[in-house]
Amino acid sequence: MSARRKIDFYALTWRLPIIVWQLVFFVGPVLFMVALSFFLVKNYRMTEAFEFVNWQRMLTRGFFWDSYWYTLFIASLSGTIAMSVAFPAAWALAFRASDTLRRWAVFLLIIPFFTSYLVRTFSWYVILAESGVLNAMLGYIGLGPFRMLNSHFGTVVGYLTLTLPLAVILQTVTMANIDKTLIEAARNLGCKPLATIWRVVLPLSKTGFIVAALFCFILAFGDFVAPFYLGGSQEPTLPILILDTTKSGQQWPRAAVVAIMMMLTLFTVAFTAIALAYRKPKGVR
Amino acid sequence: MMKTGKKAKNQLLRRDVLRIGGGVALSAPFVGRAWAQTTDINMLAWYGHGEPDMVGAFEEANNVKFVPKYYAGGDNMLALIAQSPPGTYDIILSDGEFVQQLNAAGYIEPLEASDYPFDDMLHEDFTKFPGHWDGDTLYSMILRGGHLGVSYNTTAMSAEEASSYAGFWKPELAGKVGHFDWHLPTLGMMSLKNGNGAGLWDLSDDQWSAVQETTMSLRPQVGGFFDYGGTFNGLKNGEMLAMCGIGDWITGVLERDGAPVASVIPKEGGIQFTESYCIGKGSSKADLVKSFIQYMMSPEGQVKSAQMLAYPGFCVTKAGRKLLQEVDPAEAKRSHQIEGMANDPIALINEGRIHYRDIPQQQSLEDWNDFWSEYKNA
Repeated sequence: MSARRKIDFYALTWRLPIIVWQLVFFVGPVLFMVALSFFLVKNYRMTEAFEFVNWQRMLTRGFFWDSYWYTLFIASLSGTIAMSVAFPAAWALAFRASDTLRRWAVFLLIIPFFTSYLVRTFSWYVILAESGVLNAMLGYIGLGPFRMLNSHFGTVVGYLTLTLPLAVILQTVTMANIDKTLIEAARNLGCKPLATIWRVVLPLSKTGFIVAALFCFILAFGDFVAPFYLGGSQEPTLPILILDTTKSGQQWPRAAVVAIMMMLTLFTVAFTAIALAYRKPKGVR
Repeated sequence: MMKTGKKAKNQLLRRDVLRIGGGVALSAPFVGRAWAQTTDINMLAWYGHGEPDMVGAFEEANNVKFVPKYYAGGDNMLALIAQSPPGTYDIILSDGEFVQQLNAAGYIEPLEASDYPFDDMLHEDFTKFPGHWDGDTLYSMILRGGHLGVSYNTTAMSAEEASSYAGFWKPELAGKVGHFDWHLPTLGMMSLKNGNGAGLWDLSDDQWSAVQETTMSLRPQVGGFFDYGGTFNGLKNGEMLAMCGIGDWITGVLERDGAPVASVIPKEGGIQFTESYCIGKGSSKADLVKSFIQYMMSPEGQVKSAQMLAYPGFCVTKAGRKLLQEVDPAEAKRSHQIEGMANDPIALINEGRIHYRDIPQQQSLEDWNDFWSEYKNA
């Protein structure tokens, strides 16, 4: 007699809400957006069609690819900076700070999220403007004024405002879970501090670090606020291009093309990163 | 210790609760009826037109409530209407150049010209404004206008330098020239700089190429592309020392606050934005909307429009201008709305230095927008 697999209705009941949620609020809208990219706009009104003209129009334009590569570059750069700047702080919190201090630090890192990201971004105006706080301080030592707003620098600062606290928290949590005796063993066996980080800490934190970097990249790649308000739209990132496309002529189908390209990029990056994060080291079964 | 049965000071007895509760319950229908009597008027407009400084007095006097939906740009306005059922918007404030398209698409009701003060217009052009009429039928009532030219920080540019669009190329302004992030006004200005004059919107392929070339040559000077808020901040904090694509509608607000900024119409000419009211097709409140438009065309309404907090515009009626000079001479002077003043908006029109904003005649808006995206990426 062949063993038939029974449907576990109890388990299914608990799984169903998330499945329905994903279908209704993710899969459905994505499919609609894909369909939308083939629609046409006539007299400012979308008409259902199946034409490739939007894809052809967007993907053959130099400005689309300029925005694409710039967005990819600046999001990767800010992700790298966030991860690098976060590391010493996270290291100190994970290995040097007491439990109480670590809890307070994590709490303080979460606090910025209580305020609107837009408000936090606008507050940089006061600090980064040519007549702002930072340039005034630099002026005391005979430097500047430097142009920090409406530049790539401004964009990266905005991205870091969004991602840096998250990077520190994720790195801290990851490293705090490392068995400290392994680090002590490495040091006892003569491993130097930097080598300990490279050969013990980083391999053990790989998954957490890759996930943190991925989050930083995803948030920066899709962010509109920082490049628009602190970067002065120069150069325009893909989210700004979406806005520009919808603003003139109400070309939502062309904006959908840009959005799909963004999603495809994020999927590719995310799957690659996750595969990398969970890849077993050579020799491990 | 408190005695039983005696009401203590500040103590709420059950009888009090019943009395207050009963009163509230009995008055509720009247309160509800009062609320119910307020009529909502759905407005589609640029930001600021549905704010209390503009509509508050009319709301109070007529027991109506404006429910504004704001847009940014004529395309955006057309799309919002196209995607809404007929009758959604009772009143539409449109840029002058888009009225024709509203009418062609059947989104607006005809107006009765005799309801409005056409015999009191400050300029003859305003009585038969392009696109507002279809034959002898009026479709939109001009409310106000504003001029776009060179907007600049007076500490960084002299009035003489600002008297030509070439001032934007001043070497000292490198990285300090900002753009209002809309292709139409900036490319119109570049067309004027190229000497296209009255034909600034009607460009042949060669002229269009030349406009693109001129615009691209400005790119090294550009410090950013901004929305209304960004433009405002950029000029205010000195990050941007000159701004292309705007005019007194932004610098006027800053000037009122004492910022060292100004807008002038350069020798190559300026562009006029024109804002006009239309009654939405199928509106069930057309009579109320007509009353509101009449109110805004009255001297009091024109003064409110000139003083609008979000962004100023000049009066289009003689009576409106006269009252503005009486009640707010400072604003009349600041905005040059005094006969004989240099840059009086009406005198500028008479001198042929102003061109009404339009849409490209030989290219599509998409062509202009695509170039704008290329320009931003350059």
